[in-house]
Amino acid sequence: MAKYPLDLVVNGSKYHFEVEADLRLVDLLREQMKLLGTKESCGKGECGACTVLMDGKSVASCLVLAIQANGSEIVTVEGLGGEEALHPLQQAFIQHGAVQCGFCTPGMLMSAKYLLDNNPRPTREEIRAGLAGNLCRCTGYVKIIDAIQAVAEGRLEQ
Amino acid sequence: MDTVNKPARRVDALGKVLGESKYGADLKFDGMLYGKVLYTPYSHARILSIDTRSAAKLPGVEAVLTAADVPGLHTFGTVVPNQQVLAKEVVRYLGDGVAIVAATSPALAEKALALIKVEYKELATIFDPEEALAEGAPVLHDDSPGNIAAHHVLEKGEVEKGFAASDIILEREYKTQLVEHAYIEPEAAVVVPDPGRKGITVYGSIQNPFSCRKALSRMLGLKLNEVRVIQSFMGGSFGGKDEVMSAQCARAAMLALKTGRPVKMVNTREESLREGYKRHPYKLKYKVGVTREGKLMAMKIYIIADAGAYTAQTPFVTWRSVVQATGPYEVPHVRTDVYGAHTNNCYTSAFRGFGSPQIIFAQESLMDELAGELGMEPLELRRLNGYHQGSVTATGQTLDSHQVSLSEVVDKAVERSDYLRKFKEYANQKGRFRKGIGLACSFRGCSLGAEGVDATGAMVSVQYDGSVYVFAGLAENGQGLQTIFSQIAAEELGINVERVRFMETDTANIPDGGPTVASRSTIMGGNAVRIAAAKVRETLLGAVLGKLKASTEELAWGKDRIWVKEDPSRSISFEDAINEACSQGELLTELGWYKAPKVSWDDSHGQGNAYFTYVYGCQIAEVEVDTETGYTRVLKITAAHDVGRAINPETVRGQIYGGVAQGLGYALLEEVQQHEGEIKSKNFDEYLIPGIKDMPEIEAIIVENPDSYGPYGAKTIGEPTLEMTAPAIASAVAQATGRRVRQLPLDLERVLLGRSLQQDRYKRREGGC
Repeated sequence: MAKYPLDLVVNGSKYHFEVEADLRLVDLLREQMKLLGTKESCGKGECGACTVLMDGKSVASCLVLAIQANGSEIVTVEGLGGEEALHPLQQAFIQHGAVQCGFCTPGMLMSAKYLLDNNPRPTREEIRAGLAGNLCRCTGYVKIIDAIQAVAEGRLEQ
Repeated sequence: MDTVNKPARRVDALGKVLGESKYGADLKFDGMLYGKVLYTPYSHARILSIDTRSAAKLPGVEAVLTAADVPGLHTFGTVVPNQQVLAKEVVRYLGDGVAIVAATSPALAEKALALIKVEYKELATIFDPEEALAEGAPVLHDDSPGNIAAHHVLEKGEVEKGFAASDIILEREYKTQLVEHAYIEPEAAVVVPDPGRKGITVYGSIQNPFSCRKALSRMLGLKLNEVRVIQSFMGGSFGGKDEVMSAQCARAAMLALKTGRPVKMVNTREESLREGYKRHPYKLKYKVGVTREGKLMAMKIYIIADAGAYTAQTPFVTWRSVVQATGPYEVPHVRTDVYGAHTNNCYTSAFRGFGSPQIIFAQESLMDELAGELGMEPLELRRLNGYHQGSVTATGQTLDSHQVSLSEVVDKAVERSDYLRKFKEYANQKGRFRKGIGLACSFRGCSLGAEGVDATGAMVSVQYDGSVYVFAGLAENGQGLQTIFSQIAAEELGINVERVRFMETDTANIPDGGPTVASRSTIMGGNAVRIAAAKVRETLLGAVLGKLKASTEELAWGKDRIWVKEDPSRSISFEDAINEACSQGELLTELGWYKAPKVSWDDSHGQGNAYFTYVYGCQIAEVEVDTETGYTRVLKITAAHDVGRAINPETVRGQIYGGVAQGLGYALLEEVQQHEGEIKSKNFDEYLIPGIKDMPEIEAIIVENPDSYGPYGAKTIGEPTLEMTAPAIASAVAQATGRRVRQLPLDLERVLLGRSLQQDRYKRREGGC
């Protein structure tokens, strides 16, 4: 199959690839870039586990072709923060027990980041609306909402 | 207590929020191949021939294998080993695999599957479990005549006498549906062959590493010490990653041993729904006799569970049903029959609740219906018959060795939900939107009970710098086991929990302690950790006696120190105590082993002390129903659970919230559509699990009555949390609409019309409309 040039920025660094037309963004991230924090669960945009930010917008990376991301800036969970400087959402998810099995967590964090980037003080209802595309089977979502609200209200323990 | 009974942050949270924790699908090894499975297109057929030659010739395909290539036995199973790793002569459901391929890419493996030619001769099919038990039905397994996968009987007193002494007799039939675990992580495994291909190392989303090892040893013809299973981080399981993982791991292992290369297999969601086992649908017939005053006299229960194509855990699942089918109520005369029937449907096995969600839906709906017949309030009927200290269960067990806290959990849930006021307020509503409130309660046997041998182990190893390893045979599935066990080890050693590092479960470094099931981790595994840590602590105390000039009895410990009770100035740090012990050549690594207290069971009459202790819970649901659309909005769930002792109140709450969410899905949304053996709900667009907007306010009430057997009195929380939600919601809907729905889930059609249109839809489609 023919290959196409792809230039994009991922987590702040520039990359160039030659990719096939049917390569999905989730596969580019996971298989070629070894950014394994982005998870795949349903492969059809229903669960949100593969959520990343593309030019600041949350997308299901299983529904985006890699070449569609040409010229884009992608942020994955690996670009959210680091062990030395956790993103406030990461801190809040730990502090509020919002993580159980953890498989939905990266996608939840990215959707939550998109929400707070665009609405820094959401109500609980707005948090629900913002996370409506992300499925979790463990937590009942209660502590996930608590964690996001804590960040929005600046109530993080140091 | 310094660490136990207090919130502690999850020890596994950091890696997960960073996206660095490695799940099965994240693993990669040099030279790794990708495996794929060819499924049967028929629900029941004889395999006449399989031609793999064209597939094998495809460049990049390294192996194409069938049942003929299984090195050992081609079947496995905990109770009856009739499940096939690959179908040998006969396929029995659409999730049966007939051939496997290993190739250099998943796409190539898929391409090779299409080149495999299989000839089948179709056999007569059976999809209705009731018809499967009838005479003349096609038989699925020669060693299961009449398609009986399980049959449990319970006889207490004389049930006909009980009915004769009753003033009112009520007969009702309830149905529950096929339900998918819907763990967000689909099944994934990687098998790496050992040098020389003598043994293998298996990684993946494996709920029960020891069950997997046993199955693999049998099918691969390897010794147990040649199969090393190391659990990866688990993206949820809920009972669901047992047999299906044994099959996946065995297939990957066959390909790895054949090619000498690591082989990875990852299911798509569609494959997961097609092959993976699910929660048993039950058909439950209840006949109950009661006096005018509301005293239960007799219950006759007849249940048929659809076991699907293979036995798997059906005998155990249905056993819990027979023990608990009468609910937490005193009934002097009982006759219960629970059957598991083989059909050509997808097989069913363990799923959080394990035979309890079905019976609790029936028996708690029944209690409300009975209360209606008697003109009593549902709560009053429950209070009149509910278990109290010294009650005798349907299995003849006297409940006197633990605190029977049914009335306490009910009282607390009733008070916090304002149930009594709302129950009156919501009676006889008019208008489009109507509210209702419903209550359900349960008792639940902890751990395995008389199902089988119940013992488990853990190892605590103190390093000379003061850091600590904990190893356990029970495994983290997302529920928080690592955190709980770390807290217990820290408490026993008197140290900060930050010192503890919990190692992934590895069958090569800890004894087989049975499966992580039956909500047994805290009560069983917690005891094992406590024993191991206490042994190490005793060694440390013994080593510092000279230094502190005191006897063991005079010492206290905590907050990283050991001191003399009478004179706390005479103390030693944890590190210095370790140095003392090491300089004396003492061993600071210990194995803890805990055997469950004795239980008993008489199979012929279903009598005995089925479980060594029980937990009690009560959930109350408040709903609002749109009577024009049938849409039910849950407003609030109040959930009171006696956990014995909460080792970590925050993870207990996490279990309650998550269990209620799954219970809410069971009540309102979830039903795997299966038509003539074909799973029609193929992904999360067709199988709906609760999303964040479906969730109501949940008030979790933790009740603590320490149990004499549990570590620090702790018992069980994982499964009770979901088993009461559906009947509570169903009774709330019945109050709101004035009509009871006796079949789950209470989707729009059932609430609005009283029946589902879904099955008609499939029939119409087949008719060409």
